Amino acid sequence: MHNSSCTVKETARKILESGQAERLLGWEQDSSGYNHAPAVFKSAGELDRFIYDRFCGSNLSKLLARLREAEGRTAVLLKACDRESFNLLVREHRIDPEQVHRVDIECSGMVDIEKLRNKGIKGIREITESGDELHISTLYGEKRCRSEEVLLEKCLSCPAVSSADAFDAVGQMEERSSLERYEFWKEALSTCIRCNACRNSCPVCTCEQCIFDNPRSGTAGKASADFFEDQHFHLVRVFHAAGRCTDCGECTRVCPQGIPLYLLNRKVIKDINELYGELSLEDKELGKGALTSFSFQDAHPDIIRKRTGDQ
Amino acid sequence: MSVDKQPFKPLIAAFCCNWCSYAGADLAGTSRLAYPAEVKIIRVPCSCRVNPLFVLRAFQRGADGVIIAGCHPGDCHYTTGNYYARRRMTLLFSMLDYLGIEKERTKLDWISAAEGVKFATVMNDFSKEIHALGRNTRFGDLRCTTAVAQ
Ligand code: SF4
Ligand code: SF4
Repeated sequence: MHNSSCTVKETARKILESGQAERLLGWEQDSSGYNHAPAVFKSAGELDRFIYDRFCGSNLSKLLARLREAEGRTAVLLKACDRESFNLLVREHRIDPEQVHRVDIECSGMVDIEKLRNKGIKGIREITESGDELHISTLYGEKRCRSEEVLLEKCLSCPAVSSADAFDAVGQMEERSSLERYEFWKEALSTCIRCNACRNSCPVCTCEQCIFDNPRSGTAGKASADFFEDQHFHLVRVFHAAGRCTDCGECTRVCPQGIPLYLLNRKVIKDINELYGELSLEDKELGKGALTSFSFQDAHPDIIRKRTGDQ
Repeated sequence: MSVDKQPFKPLIAAFCCNWCSYAGADLAGTSRLAYPAEVKIIRVPCSCRVNPLFVLRAFQRGADGVIIAGCHPGDCHYTTGNYYARRRMTLLFSMLDYLGIEKERTKLDWISAAEGVKFATVMNDFSKEIHALGRNTRFGDLRCTTAVAQ
């Protein structure tokens, strides 16, 4: 891990020193050691703060859209899952690829601090790895755990890291009865504090004006009478990203309440794959997304009613 | 008297496209075909005009069922609107089902301007289903519905 971190930093240094880009988007060392935030580096000298390790889960591509007005070229470091978001932003004209120096970097999975904490591993100082084991040096001594036990949810289905099927959990949810699903989501979604972090971090949520900023959106009541506002908020969010979500996992990663938002996003992706053919984001042109196109043979919505399972 | 003791009178929102289904409803009316009064028709220019938010809003305001009716595939006044509506509503209905909202509460059907009989049949059948399901308790906003329910 150290090696890869050093090479990434070296690459960053070369880009800034050679003037290939005016600035570089990367991650900055966080004092806690496990929550490295995205940062802009304007010169090689600033790279002292630069870090690339197992805690750089954040997706930098959305920040490119914010830097669109900046003078000169911006270099950006993209992990495999971030590239999909990057491609989508280019396709939707949120990023001008001419203005971007894109650097694809390797990633062997990012660690989910919550999962580590749940294992009782706290006071982390450094993580090294050997094979599929992580060696964590903490204030309370050395700890070990298998890396797949503590990776971010999205990494568990990333082909570069694991061979698990991303849609297994969705399939299991579908098997449950309708009432069970209702109870599950009621419990999960009612913990949402409407911090909007999932929206703000989502690379496909780039509208300048958003329904959730409208005080009359019906999702921002402090004392809601029942569960409707939560359902409403999450349906709107997932539907807005429907057909565009690249399953980058940012929403799930940033949610302070640990709501499994990926189960909603992946449900849409699974439906699209099954009904309208594999949702390949790689080669889709603009205007050819799942919801911005159609075919004469598309199924009638009645197929949902014909699904097996009770209520 | 408590609300629950009153006989259940459902509220059904029917989004009907201006060019086919709304005219179909007209025809049902002029042909004196009966369909339930609990079906509240909302005229939209095209089935494609139905934003998923409209469906959510209808449920919020106390609907027990939502049906969208548009021109048959190939007959859309705007050529392709109903094809988009078809995909959108399939995904929406599927997502509502996934969240545990009874899948029988949502429906989409094609009803042309000449199909007064079909209009009445579809609405009667849908209303029967909603009667069988009972009040929508999983997906509504109490603040909006108590006034209606009393
Ligand atoms: S909805 Fe979540 S997983 Fe999908 S693109 Fe947005 S942040 Fe990524
Ligand atoms: S990040 Fe989580 S808590 Fe915040 S609005 Fe999104 S789902 Fe709700």
